Amino acid sequence: MKILAVDAATEACSVALYNDGEISSIFEICPQQHSQKLLPFIEKILSDSGIKLDQLDGIAYGQGPGSFTGVRIGVSVTQGLAFGADLPVVGVSNLAIMAQQAIEQHDAESIVAAIDARMSEIYLGCYKNVNGFAQLINNEIAIKPELLRKEDFDLNNSVSVGTGWTSYNQLLTSSFDVKVTDIELPNAKYMLPLALDAFNKGLSVTAEFAQPNYVRDEVSWKKLPGR
Amino acid sequence: MLILGIESSCDETGIALFDTNKGLLAHELYSQIDVHADYGGVVPELASRDHVRKTIPLIKKVMADANIAKDDIDGIAYTSGPGLVGALMVGACIGRSLAFAWDIPAVPVHHMEGHLLAPMLEDDTPAFPFIALLVSGGHTQLVEVKAIGDYQILGESIDDAAGEAFDKTAKLLGLDYPGGPMLAKLAESGTPGVYKFPRPMTDRPGLDFSFSGLKTAAANVIRSEGIILAGSKSTQNEDAPENVEQIKADIAYAFQEAVVDTIAIKCRRAVEQTGIKTLVIAGGVSANTELRNKLAKLMEKHKGQVYYPRHEFCTDNGAMIAYAGAQRLQKYGDRDLLIKARPRWSIEELPAI
Repeated sequence: MKILAVDAATEACSVALYNDGEISSIFEICPQQHSQKLLPFIEKILSDSGIKLDQLDGIAYGQGPGSFTGVRIGVSVTQGLAFGADLPVVGVSNLAIMAQQAIEQHDAESIVAAIDARMSEIYLGCYKNVNGFAQLINNEIAIKPELLRKEDFDLNNSVSVGTGWTSYNQLLTSSFDVKVTDIELPNAKYMLPLALDAFNKGLSVTAEFAQPNYVRDEVSWKKLPGR
Repeated sequence: MLILGIESSCDETGIALFDTNKGLLAHELYSQIDVHADYGGVVPELASRDHVRKTIPLIKKVMADANIAKDDIDGIAYTSGPGLVGALMVGACIGRSLAFAWDIPAVPVHHMEGHLLAPMLEDDTPAFPFIALLVSGGHTQLVEVKAIGDYQILGESIDDAAGEAFDKTAKLLGLDYPGGPMLAKLAESGTPGVYKFPRPMTDRPGLDFSFSGLKTAAANVIRSEGIILAGSKSTQNEDAPENVEQIKADIAYAFQEAVVDTIAIKCRRAVEQTGIKTLVIAGGVSANTELRNKLAKLMEKHKGQVYYPRHEFCTDNGAMIAYAGAQRLQKYGDRDLLIKARPRWSIEELPAI
């Protein structure tokens, strides 16, 4: 199986290739430059492995949460490639990507992933290790970190990943007894196991159904009175 | 040469297939008006969210409608700017990536060049040189067009675009977004001469425009007549005048008359200044009947002619982007894989072809 993974949802931009068991990846922290970097990364990772786009079996993309524009860059590039080459796609949560990395690098059993969501909020997702795969426990949410209650989230003995833990380090680590890792940003390399699993389970869709998961949908744009 | 055009610069997703030999093969437009009406204007984030849902399905539809396979397409034109950056980004990402997948060149298109070339999609096309009046919700410009890519801006709005002034005044009158066309409709039942609005910047030389004052003038009349309008529904005081609907129509009439007169005065100056007798009008406001009639009379007087695109190509659309892209593809089609979204981009920066 040959799977390309692309992600532009956060400050990091990354691509990875699963080529019948061989894995390669490119990762760069390049805020505001994703639209310049993503396609050249994809071309490089494919040509380095001597693979043409239409030889792939599918494309996986970081579906968010993250920067709205960044998520859409990853999704719309995926749409263009997948529609052009008739490839199926699967979306993977950016929180799950980091949780997967914690499983692979730290043998983590339970992981709490948080991405700084701006506007004094974090995107939060709690995961457990199920046979080596990060599996979501609660729903992904956008929440003010000070509103996290110990009774709602059993985070103790979890491993933490993501920029949410960096931005709100004191607040969060004083409330929750977690093991903070240096995993801060999602890397497409760790999307691959989750993507392969999804493809194997037949969970892929066609290009136009590659869509962002913004998590923050209850947005604060003001409607006209009476609407 | 067959070009796929993608337009996503604001609140409309437009997709088209243009063939340099056979002309326009198919086009589709999805308008987000319903999405934005509740907010009284375009919400950029919601616009971007809609483009990422609609673009691929519309591409599939135009290809199916024209019975075109992917191997038939020679290039992809996408709107690169100017416009809302997040909205532009969606069309640019999809367009550039699709061109990569199909191994064909992509060409970033200037949205306003698309508009000014839109009349070229009709049977009776203007010859160069011509004066282009670009009037929409985002732009008001007079451009001297010597050839494709040889543009000089003669004048432009220093504040609100004409279409923006239409929409804002319509909002004051309690009309839903985008209220410009509804204001024009309301003006049909208005009485000439009841109100007189200024013709901004016509008392001095030059071809620049200013429309924000007209909105204020309308607001002043609305206030002095004791009409209260909030949001989308009119909520009147008990002592509001009985003929409030007529007053609104009269205001609409006077407003439209002032905008149309002002534009016509500037167009006359542009024609006299350049000696060019061909006028092209494009952009959403170019669908305005009063404006078309006034400019037709003006050009008749100058023994010239006015050209405009069919109604559906006055507003944003993919056909004009596919057409403009087709003109530029051979020289400026790129394979460099950079996704180009340029929210601010002057038409004068475009290279000639």
